[in-house]
Amino acid sequence: MEAGQMTQPVPPAIRERLAERMRQQPWLGAVAVIVVIFLALVAGEGLHDVAQTGLNGLSLGAIYALGAVGLTLVYGILKLVNFAHGDFLTFGAYMAYLVNVTWGAPLVVAVFWAMVATALLGILFERLLWGPMRAKHAGFLQLILMSIGLAFLIRAVVQWFWGTEIRTLDINRTDTVDFLGLRIGQTELIVLVIGVAVLVGVGFMLRVTLLGKRMRALSDDLDLAETAGIDTRRVILYTWVFAGALAGLAGVLAGSITDLRPELGFELLLPIFAAVILGGIGDAFGALVAGLVLGVMTEWSTLIIDARWKVAVGFLVLLIVLVIRPQGIFGRAKAL
Amino acid sequence: MSLDPGSMLPFAVTLESFTDIDFWISVGIIAGTYTIVALGLQLNTGFTGIVNFGQAAFMAIGAYTMAILVLKAGFSFWLSLPIAVLAAMLFGVIVGLPSLRLRADYFAIATIAMAEVVRLFAQNARGLTGGNQGLFCNTGGDTSVCYPDAWRDLSDSINENIVSNIWSDPDTLFPLFLVVWVTVGIAVVALSYFQGTPWGRVLRAIREDEDAALALGKNTLLYKLQSLAISACLGAIAGFFLALNLATLHPIDFEPLVTFFAFSVLILGGMANYKGVAVGAVLFWAVLEATRFIELPDPPFTETRIAALRLAITGLLLIGLMAFRPQGMFGKRQEMVIGE
Repeated sequence: MEAGQMTQPVPPAIRERLAERMRQQPWLGAVAVIVVIFLALVAGEGLHDVAQTGLNGLSLGAIYALGAVGLTLVYGILKLVNFAHGDFLTFGAYMAYLVNVTWGAPLVVAVFWAMVATALLGILFERLLWGPMRAKHAGFLQLILMSIGLAFLIRAVVQWFWGTEIRTLDINRTDTVDFLGLRIGQTELIVLVIGVAVLVGVGFMLRVTLLGKRMRALSDDLDLAETAGIDTRRVILYTWVFAGALAGLAGVLAGSITDLRPELGFELLLPIFAAVILGGIGDAFGALVAGLVLGVMTEWSTLIIDARWKVAVGFLVLLIVLVIRPQGIFGRAKAL
Repeated sequence: MSLDPGSMLPFAVTLESFTDIDFWISVGIIAGTYTIVALGLQLNTGFTGIVNFGQAAFMAIGAYTMAILVLKAGFSFWLSLPIAVLAAMLFGVIVGLPSLRLRADYFAIATIAMAEVVRLFAQNARGLTGGNQGLFCNTGGDTSVCYPDAWRDLSDSINENIVSNIWSDPDTLFPLFLVVWVTVGIAVVALSYFQGTPWGRVLRAIREDEDAALALGKNTLLYKLQSLAISACLGAIAGFFLALNLATLHPIDFEPLVTFFAFSVLILGGMANYKGVAVGAVLFWAVLEATRFIELPDPPFTETRIAALRLAITGLLLIGLMAFRPQGMFGKRQEMVIGE
């Protein structure tokens, strides 16, 4: 690289320099794409509609991001493609329902309990399944099929106790808040605020605290982290607590802005996978940003196509990213 | 159905339904259909080392193409079949070209996303597919258009001319049962034969070590594409049998759940063994269908709870097999090499 620059006496043209920087920092390319889409939509549909759908998209994106952070850490650290992660969301949502509707406790308590219960579920399966399977050096296919079995089991338990009928949490779903000419449902606003606040907290925790650094170290290279003296068993357990609690929260938030069905989590799983891959597997920041971006893109798509197609946007983004840049927008090719 | 106290005891009814011929024909058709689906997965996952989670999409394309050609474009049933198979295979190649270069886990996620796009298309392109209302035969008036019509003629003639010699009052679904299992037989024999040819050995080499196969000068992408296309062909054929069995098509018949049921069948039968798939399918569906046929007492066994029970059985089966016998009943441990 340096030698290449030295042999070039004339400073390269701006366009070339930009292209070079985009090669080094591919997320600049992603930002450029988003800005172009944003400007095109503003030109076509007007700023108000774009801002309004973008706002809705952020609530959805916060849910994707909360789900994706846990999934990507588990994927990166344990090399486990956890198809049961979506059903962790379902489990969290129904745990909140149990406390909030069946027992009539306030929603705050319900949310807290949902996070605790889902984190406990994560620890339980780590102890029962994933730990022993790692000790046996189980292959990728073995783990992926086991996680699918686990997903079925969690969904079956939810369906056994709560049935397939649509249920709602005890929340105000009609009041709206107006500001700057935009309108957002009170619940959506709460979801957005909680989601973004928790995500900022998570990002801070991963960057600053020792545990966060250890998690990232494990995700980078588990054996190297162990050699460096990190108690990997403990960090793995904390990772499950972290992933479970965030999944539980995401489940409750998803259940608040839509409703509760046994398929709730599984239907969110593929967009969450899309965020994980878009952000680069194992990269928690990447997943966080990608989740928000994906949520906004999904809602923006309703400006140009029928809203019933919007679920497909996540899958299409996933397929396009996989084909063009499977290591994600922040990742480096070495991950492959 | 009956109100005698004996029906309150689940086990008293169990034996009754297991001797019921309807039960076994129903299990046989479903198990045969899933054998065909899982044979494709065996070729992909068991022998080529590519984890195809999108098999439901090939079934959907086969079934919907056939039904749309007959119902909307007025094609003959027999002409629609090869076209639908080709459509599914072509789709497999189009999907495989970019995605087969990916690592195994990325490929698995890519294929399941692809399958969901296909299902969403079937759900939302209402003019073509009928959406969630489903695709029905037009039997009203004097212009009866229905894809199973041609099939029903054949089915009746099989019953009248062949089956009636040994079975005086044959079940109307019995010919479908026969045709499904004859197809299974042909597919097992053909796949086993090709597995022994140099072509089959290249597939195994790719599964064991793709770089080594590349170094030997094999175009591994081409072989993987062929593997996926053959699997798509089998998926499309299974889609026909599903459509003939149900006589209607709904997007929900092609959920990812279908692919995962087929993977359960595959794993139960065993990796890298074609005949095992058939045994796995019969066992799996005998158990799952038994939950439908056995009259369990209503409280606590409501319909949704029985559906939950089927899901739980499948989940426990997958977890148990992966924990204690990942190679399945007839598989070989040393042939299960995907992802280290």
